[in-house]
Amino acid sequence: MVIRVEHELHERRKGRNAGVGLLLAGFIAIVFGLTVVKVMQLGDIRQFETFDHAPRPQLIPQTEVVE
Amino acid sequence: MTDFSANNHATTEAEMGDYFALLKPRVMSLVVFTALVGLLVAPVPVHPFLGFVAILCIAVGAGASGALNMWWDADIDAVMKRTAGRPIPSGRVAPGEALGIGVALSGFSILLLGLATNFLAAALLAFTIFFYLVVYSMWLKRATPQNIVIGGAAGAFPPMIGWAVATGGVSIESLLMFALIFMWTPPHFWALALFVKSDYGRAGVPMLTETHGRDATRRHVLVYTLLLVPVALGLGLTSIGGPVYMAVAVVMNAWFLKGAVDIWRRDDAACEADRHRVEINVFKVSLYYLFAHFGALLAEAALRLYGLGGWSW
Repeated sequence: MVIRVEHELHERRKGRNAGVGLLLAGFIAIVFGLTVVKVMQLGDIRQFETFDHAPRPQLIPQTEVVE
Repeated sequence: MTDFSANNHATTEAEMGDYFALLKPRVMSLVVFTALVGLLVAPVPVHPFLGFVAILCIAVGAGASGALNMWWDADIDAVMKRTAGRPIPSGRVAPGEALGIGVALSGFSILLLGLATNFLAAALLAFTIFFYLVVYSMWLKRATPQNIVIGGAAGAFPPMIGWAVATGGVSIESLLMFALIFMWTPPHFWALALFVKSDYGRAGVPMLTETHGRDATRRHVLVYTLLLVPVALGLGLTSIGGPVYMAVAVVMNAWFLKGAVDIWRRDDAACEADRHRVEINVFKVSLYYLFAHFGALLAEAALRLYGLGGWSW
């Protein structure tokens, strides 16, 4: 026998619950999209990797010595 | 009644649509349109997704102020026939719920707009909500028949917010877009008041047609239309204007002004005789007027993409 915990409230509030679910999903999509756009606008990500307080010579642009 | 609804003050259960109705969706559509134009005509390009989020925030902020207005004005709404069916007076939404939704959506829209774009735009949105709720709804609406004049500022801010989203500032262009809607609101609204039988008087809200009479209202329509013309034409001389906008502005202002003069020349007998034909026409023209001006600004911006817009070519 299938156990069903059902109340008439669930049916009555179906529309509201679905609406709230959609709004929450939309909110998550907006925050995710904003994060992606903001991170993409940061430019060259390597500039942040240099801020780890540890010297990493491989990140320093190599310059040719002109004689 | 179930145990879950025993403490519910509303007489019937609210649907999602009732909460949506709290946000005054019809007002929201004008807000979205003018804010979008303000954003698109600005000289600084905005990432499409950030632009979308900004417009959404402005729309939600406008909706929040609508909900707060319905919360505050529930007593007036219950008395008037036009508004008696709104969610609060009809008992579908409890006043406290409307207040909660209004406050929550205000905070949400202001904060998200600030984080997504800049805090000047967010501050302008916050001020708009404050202005609509406190200055218009709480203070002016029940105090003076000039309520619509100063209160109209709340509806005039959206293009300025859109501009601030893109540029991060305020300029003569955004101020004139604000002034255009600000000066347009009184003649638009009073033209409507002249042919709609309202029960504002019964609700204790002073309306110009009832406090000063219909002749005074006709004079006001003409004076405010005269004041509107230089604002509309002046906007055409700024960096977002151009020949297309100017041509539209000249035609629309001549049309609107002619209507305002026609209204001014009439009396109650003439209105009754043709069932307010002129007033209804002017009200319709006022709607085309605003749409045409902002549409022309958008057309100028689109032409600018091809090197054709503005006065430079």
